[in-house]
Order: sequence, then C-alpha cells, then structure tokens
Amino acid sequence: MTTELNWNLVDDIRQLLSFHFMLNALRAGTIVAGVAGAVGYLMVLRRQTFAGHTLALIGFPGAAGATWLGLNTAVGYFGFCVAGALIISALPRRGAPNAGLGGFSEESAAIGTVQAFALACGFLFVSLYSGFLNGLNSLLFGTIIGITDQQILVLLIAGAGCLLVLILLGRPLLFSTIDPEVARAKGVPTRLVGTAFLVLLGVAAGGTSQITGSLLVFALLVAPAAAATRLTAQPAAGVALSIMLALLITWMGEAFAFFSPYPIGFWVTTLGFAAFLLATAYRGIADRIARHPPIPYPPRRVLSGSAGR
Amino acid sequence: MLSLPFIQHALLAGTAIALLSGLAGHFVVLRGQVFAGDMLSHVAYAGALAALAAGLDPRVGLFASTIAVAVGIALLAGKATADDVIIGNAMAWVLGLGVFFLAFYTTYRATGNSTANVTVLFGSIFGISGRDAALAAAIAAGLIVVLLLIARPLLFASLDPEVAAARGVPVRLLGPLFLAIVGATAAEASQAVGALVLTGLLAAPAAAAYHLTNRPWVALALAGALAVAAMWLGITLAYAVPALPPTFTIMTIAAAEYAVAALIAYRRRQRHAPTRNTTTEPTSVTS
Repeated sequence: MTTELNWNLVDDIRQLLSFHFMLNALRAGTIVAGVAGAVGYLMVLRRQTFAGHTLALIGFPGAAGATWLGLNTAVGYFGFCVAGALIISALPRRGAPNAGLGGFSEESAAIGTVQAFALACGFLFVSLYSGFLNGLNSLLFGTIIGITDQQILVLLIAGAGCLLVLILLGRPLLFSTIDPEVARAKGVPTRLVGTAFLVLLGVAAGGTSQITGSLLVFALLVAPAAAATRLTAQPAAGVALSIMLALLITWMGEAFAFFSPYPIGFWVTTLGFAAFLLATAYRGIADRIARHPPIPYPPRRVLSGSAGR
Repeated sequence: MLSLPFIQHALLAGTAIALLSGLAGHFVVLRGQVFAGDMLSHVAYAGALAALAAGLDPRVGLFASTIAVAVGIALLAGKATADDVIIGNAMAWVLGLGVFFLAFYTTYRATGNSTANVTVLFGSIFGISGRDAALAAAIAAGLIVVLLLIARPLLFASLDPEVAAARGVPVRLLGPLFLAIVGATAAEASQAVGALVLTGLLAAPAAAAYHLTNRPWVALALAGALAVAAMWLGITLAYAVPALPPTFTIMTIAAAEYAVAALIAYRRRQRHAPTRNTTTEPTSVTS
C-alpha cells in the first residue's frame, strides 16, 4: 500500500476514499456509530453498561461459530447478542440492576463466569476452524479490512430498525428510566420496555462489535455517551452529542488506523477514553466554579462559620 | 495418559494454579472484588504483550503489571469514587493498549512465534515446558502458603472490617496485600487458561462453593477442591477429545460446577421458603 500522510487534508481524505474497503469501513462505521451513540446514551442513563459489555462478549462465540460454519459473521453477532439480551431480561432480578464494584458479590460472580465461558466457547470455535488466527484478532479487537457490501446492507437494516424502535419507544423508555416507580403507577409497562431496550442494546452491541471487536465495545457504546452525560443534562441534546462524538471517534479511529501501523482497536479506545476524561474534567471544573462563584469579599466560608455550624 | 511428559507438566502446573485460583477466588467473591479480578485480567494481557514488545519474557510483564495495578487499585479504593462507567472505559483502554503492543510486537519483533498472542489470550497449558511448569508450581505454592497464613485475619476483615479493625487486625495492610496476591494469581492463571478466561477460574468455583455451604472455612476448602477438579477433568477431557482446547474444557467444567451448585441452592431455598414464611408471618402479626 503506497499511502502517505501529508499536511494536505483534502489529499489525505482523497487517498482514504480511493480504496473500496476503506469506503465500506467508513459506511459501516457511520451506521454503527449512529446507533451506538443513541442506544449507548440511554444505556448509560439506565446504568446498564456492563450488560452491554456482557452482550458483546456473548456475540463473540456467535461470530466465531458463524465463521466456523461458513456463515456471515453478522448473523452470528446479531443472533447471539439478541438471544443473550432475551435471556438476561428473562432472568429473575435481585439486588441492583447493574453490578458495579463492590456490589452484590454473587451476581458479579455469575456475570464473570458467563463472560469467561462465552470467551472460552468462542475460542473453541476459533480452534475448530483451523487457520483462523488473524480472524481471532479482528473478532476480538476490530478491523477495518474486509467489510463486505452485504454486511453493510445487514448493518443498515439492523441499524435503521433499531433507531426506529428507539424513537417509538423513546418517551416511555426515558420516563421509566428516570423514575420507574412513577412510570409504573402511570401505566407504563416498565418490564416490557426494559426487555425491548435490552434487545435494542443487543442489536447495538452486535453492530458495534463488528467495528471495535467484542472486547472493545466500551469505546463506542459507552465512552461517547458517558462523555455526553457529563456535558449536558438534557436528554435530546445528550443523544445528539453522544451520536456526534461516536461518529467523530469512529471516523478518526478508522483514518488513523489506515495511516498508521496500529489497529483500529487501539485508536478508538484511546480516542473514546480521551473524550471521556476531557468531558469529566470539564464537568469537574464547571461544578467547582458553580459551587464557588468568584465572590472575593466577604468570604462565604467565614460567614457560615460564624453562624454556628 | 499420565506417562506423557506434556500431560505431567500440565497437571503439575495446573493443579497448583487451580488450587491457588480457587482459594484466592473464595476471598475475591466474599469481598465482592470480582470486577477487580476482571480488571487484572485485562491488565495481564496488556502487560504480557508489553513485555513481548520489549523483547522480554512475557511472565515478567504479567507479574509486574498485575501486581502493580492490584496494589494501585487497593490504595485508590475508598479514596476515589469510581463508578462502573469509569472502570469500564479504563478497562477497554487497557485492552486497547494491549492491541497497540500486539501490533508493535508483530511488526517489529515477531520471529516465527506468531501464536504468542493467542497463548496470552487463551493460555496453552499443554504447551508448558518442564522448567516453566515447575516454576509456576513453586510460585503458586508460595502464594498459597502466604494466603493461608493471612487467611484468618483476612476472613475476619472481609466479613466485618470495623470490628476487625477494632480488634487490632491490620485491615489497611491486608487489603493491598490480598489484592497483590490476586494480581500474582491472575499472572499465574493466565499461563494456564489465558488472560481472558482467568476471571472465570477465580469466580466460578468460589461462587459454586458459596452456594453449597454457609461456613466460610468449608467454602474455602471446597472452592480449592472444585477448582482443582475442574482443572483435572478439563485436562482429561481435552486429552480424550483432541479437537477441544483445554482452556474450553476447564472453563466449561468450572461453569457447570457453578450452574449445578446454583441449582442445588435454588432447590434448597424452594423447599425451605414456604416453612419460613409460615413461621415468620404469625409472629409479625402478633408483634
């Protein structure tokens, strides 16, 4: 490949678009980032980030199995992710819906076991399909090479359906996310809405996995959305910002991967993490300014101290 | 089967590593630190590939990175407020760094040994040489001794940190020490089942034991025994059916142990739940 990065940005983009595989990667990346940005925002609001991660890991044996059987990997990703979403939503819910650090230890042990088992199953399919070592890396860590026209069609249909359902579901979903008790009292079928959202999350995780790989879905599904929640509290603006950040991270990641010897998985995680850290730092500074408005005299702390605290 | 040297090496290293993972996993589950174990597995991948990229033995990177990060997590815990989004993003970025080192390694250093990445990700217990197996077993034995020495105060500190601290148990010292042991365990276990699957070897036997008994010392012994059983059965199954990789068979048996134990606990609760309800309800009405 005789491509060179130079300071002429127009020339760089022309070089990028002159390859069919790169064009396909950008098309697929655009679809996936749009869906991931929108679904990811609601996922972060609902604190279901580890459910998204688990679903993506469940997609890995699906994709590896599909490759072994000679099917399209997209079939495996979407099939296993959606099936996993249905199973997770059918499980009885105890304790907190998400399992963070130091949470309900038994539930996190179950999640850890399921994740490790999914990865081991994927490894089984990979080793059954011999001569597949490079494919393993692209399934786990993403790739920009080898996205077919057919795959883009599948992604487009899945992505459009996903966004349509999300728009239809938007209002009751947001309501039951922000205040589940009141929503239930008002007659919103919160349980059904939750299941429908998990299926959407399965589709989004399955699609994102095809760009970032199963292990790195956080880069597109969580990082832009988490950054958006730190920048604005308004849901509509948050969704828009999250989609924009996801698109930016994907396009830049794909372009950097094209011009550098380092793979897309490294670039999207680094860009996503950087965006998240910058947004968190901005929020911290903005909060500090809001909490301590610059009033030089008299110092407020002295006044409250003299009030007998 | 037992006369083959590679099986002997696998059993030697595997038994010691499984026992260590089961015992350490018991405390990991008890203390609710499964996600710290998950984090360490990601770090193990990046560390091993960083060492490979630098031209070192991957074990140097494994132990250095996991122990350093484990102590770092322990020192930060309680001071910084870390939610799941921050941890998840950091974990993904650590793996992304691992991919970076992988690209560096395959571009500049790969000299025929192109399976190194798969070995780090998914382990190769049948590929351990005699010297490596003995070394891994010796390190595991040492860690088991340390873990058993601190087991009693650690259990006390895990179940009731405030009372333990009041009784003079050095709770502040035990936390980082224990996580350092978990870090070393992660480095050991990733040689057997790989960086991606080691969380399962930590969590599954311990969680299964936790379902089967309420008594902590019995659960500790049971977790170790279940982990060793998963390792032995897994190695035997992988030997009997060569198409199945040992990592898959070991993890499948461990997951099956957990599923069976959860089922047993569920059945037991079903049987006891009605009687408990009928005895508690009248008392709550009268009081």
